[in-house]
Amino acid sequence: MPTTTASPAESTKRSRTLRPSDSVAGLLAKIILLGLVDAFAVYVLIVLFLQEKWIVLVLAAAVTLLINWIYLRRGGLPAKYLAPGIFFLLLFQVFVMIFSGYVAFTNYGDGHNSTKEDAISSIQLAAQQRVPDSPAYRVTIVEQGGDFHFLTTDPDGDISIGSTEEPLEEVSNAVTDGTGKATELEDYRTLQFDEILANQSEILALTVPFSEDPDDGTLRTSDGSTAYVFSPTLVYDDASDTFTDTETGTVYSDSGEGTFVSADGQQLNTGWKIDVGFANFVKAFSNEDIRGPLLQVTLWTFTFALISVLSTFALGLFLANAFNHPNLRGKKIYRILMILPYAFPAFLAGLVWSGLLNPEFGYVNNTFFGGANIPWLTDPLLAKFSVLLVNLWLGFPYMFLVCTGALQSLPEDVNEAARLDGASPWKLFTSIKLPLLLVSVAPLLIASFAFNFNNFNVIYMLTDGGPRLSDTTVNVGATDILITMVYEVAFGSGVGRDYGLASALSIIIFFIVAVISVISFRQTKSLEEIN
Amino acid sequence: MATETPTPLLATPSHGTTTPPPERRKQSFGAWFRDKGWRHVVAVITTAFAIFPLLYVLSAALNSTGTMAGSNVLFSRIDFGNFEELFSNPNRPFGKWFMNTLVIGVVTSAATVFLGALAAYAFSRMRFKGRRVSLLSLLVLQMFPQLLAVVAIFLLLNFITDVVPWLGLGSQLGLIMVYLGGALGVNTYLMYGFFNTIPASLDEAARIDGASHVQVFFTIILPLVTPILAVVGLLAFIGLSSEFVIASVVLNDPDSQTLAVGLYSYVGQQRSENWGVFAAGAVLAALPVMALFLYLQKYIVNGLAAGSVKG
Repeated sequence: MPTTTASPAESTKRSRTLRPSDSVAGLLAKIILLGLVDAFAVYVLIVLFLQEKWIVLVLAAAVTLLINWIYLRRGGLPAKYLAPGIFFLLLFQVFVMIFSGYVAFTNYGDGHNSTKEDAISSIQLAAQQRVPDSPAYRVTIVEQGGDFHFLTTDPDGDISIGSTEEPLEEVSNAVTDGTGKATELEDYRTLQFDEILANQSEILALTVPFSEDPDDGTLRTSDGSTAYVFSPTLVYDDASDTFTDTETGTVYSDSGEGTFVSADGQQLNTGWKIDVGFANFVKAFSNEDIRGPLLQVTLWTFTFALISVLSTFALGLFLANAFNHPNLRGKKIYRILMILPYAFPAFLAGLVWSGLLNPEFGYVNNTFFGGANIPWLTDPLLAKFSVLLVNLWLGFPYMFLVCTGALQSLPEDVNEAARLDGASPWKLFTSIKLPLLLVSVAPLLIASFAFNFNNFNVIYMLTDGGPRLSDTTVNVGATDILITMVYEVAFGSGVGRDYGLASALSIIIFFIVAVISVISFRQTKSLEEIN
Repeated sequence: MATETPTPLLATPSHGTTTPPPERRKQSFGAWFRDKGWRHVVAVITTAFAIFPLLYVLSAALNSTGTMAGSNVLFSRIDFGNFEELFSNPNRPFGKWFMNTLVIGVVTSAATVFLGALAAYAFSRMRFKGRRVSLLSLLVLQMFPQLLAVVAIFLLLNFITDVVPWLGLGSQLGLIMVYLGGALGVNTYLMYGFFNTIPASLDEAARIDGASHVQVFFTIILPLVTPILAVVGLLAFIGLSSEFVIASVVLNDPDSQTLAVGLYSYVGQQRSENWGVFAAGAVLAALPVMALFLYLQKYIVNGLAAGSVKG
């Protein structure tokens, strides 16, 4: 195995001297680390192979080879130092952004979260009905590693074990009671009656298939001691790619939109993921139910970010001026106390303020307003005010510190000159200090705007986006900003999850953030600083 | 508080007591107020605004009545009932949340510092093709917060769950990996700037003495840049301890959750009933972060400023 010893011809500029080889310990550490990475990679590759995920398999193999190449070849020193960080950056920052872009063009979401094959077998499993006059199977509920299984005794006395994931399998070594009912099985723990009661919902949900083919039917129990045969009422026909209801004879066929639909427009619940092109964007901009809320949320996001920046900056600047006095007693104490809100974790601040502003029991209403029932968080306008107030509370200390620093770095002779020319303090401030100050803090203001644009924690913890907008079925509220709307659409509890639409919305945020960054780059000229 | 420090300009006599000047010198009070008095008024009002929510949560934490309505008279009673209850509820394992936050935070920030330092070393000490482009890309990428791609992160981890279950959804290790996606970026910039201040002649000398590049990195550079490593690590830790969005999506089992996710669930549904216990949890969760923050105040302000100025 080659070592990291670099030849004199190595390309970095500092390599004019002969490089000594690494110490034995260093070499050993390198071999062990690379060995661990490779062992893990091989494990992942085997799993991917078994699961037949070919595209990912090829990609993973290529990455593994690349990593080995980087660390085993001579030279290429910078890559050796950069590779670990860049690996995570590419996977969890760059790739997920691109992947968001892809998901935005699919109907990924609740009811559409897998392949068509998965959807078909899930429809078959879901549409089960008890077979009339089918025999009763006696069951014992057993548990292994936290999963519940049926230990069944069929009418002929044969004993099998199975769970929702594993089809029934005959066993011979079970312990039976006097009536021939199996009660115990090696490696499994039999549940007591009270445990069955405690885990009722999980046990009632057990659907144990007879075989891998869902058409063969399943066993289910309603009391934890007997189970009945269920069979699918929807039968899938491969050739015509349709489901047929065995009772009504209705035929459901592929609608082209990731669902099975009958001729009269009825749709089966489980669908699958397909590419939908710009449908999510079209939906966002043209569907009455979404367009209105989206517009209001976007406007509010800009308003929220802008007012947050301006209010915190104004208060911070005012305080910085007030305290920019050579000998003000207690300055240090004031300073520390004022910085406290900034040090307080933002997510907790939102939660604490939601208690302070609680209309019925909150401190603010009861102490400052004599028990008045002011709906701080439930009235659309007041809720917006509250969110801004809390963000002011959280953000002004930072602006205070920044402005203090900037004020103190202003050249003193400018002040002197202006004072000699007879400028009033106000004039001095507005036409000399402020413009100078803005030059140095403008980039910070833009950064603060960008931060508040996606200030999830304050909004989500304080109002949860509420109060809900009344003119829409989407779970969006008056104080929701774009990023909380994305979260609500993707993971909210109200209507079903819609990853496609959520990603489309995040793509919109991406573009807005990109514009903000361009502006900020122009401002800071940081591009020229890198050489 | 209405005292003043004598200034030569005003030529007032020195006050050893806290007696405000108005009684003795009506005239100079106007001048004093215009010069300093109003500043004290502003300071007191602002300070009150800044700390009353904090006093409120502290008072609620120490009041075992437990409900929000019962916590409206500050410090009306002081006991530790809420703290006892906080640690005794098996459905909301506060102790575990605290440890989880600590472990995830420490591991992630340590790894962040290490990955960032490796990258900063390369950028600062080596000249290679694509260096400028890489630095610029980092600059651009760190403008986009990871939480924008939370849906894709969720789906990616969902896929990883099928392949390597202990790195997927519900796994803290998986969450740490996701966080490491942001390890380069603004951190690398802070460190890069600091690395550049270490004279290159030091490593040259070590090289001539026979040290390898790895030895130079670990034994020469790292000890000299310890301050920036500490600052970056602690800043990362403070940021992580407030991270809610990604943690809430990845960690679904109460035993594996972090403080941010857990404490939200405490009040998410019925805010007023668990109030006292939540307040106790909030106090315990906030104290270490606030202590760290105040300790690092100078660096945070400078760091944020430098970070933003540089991108």
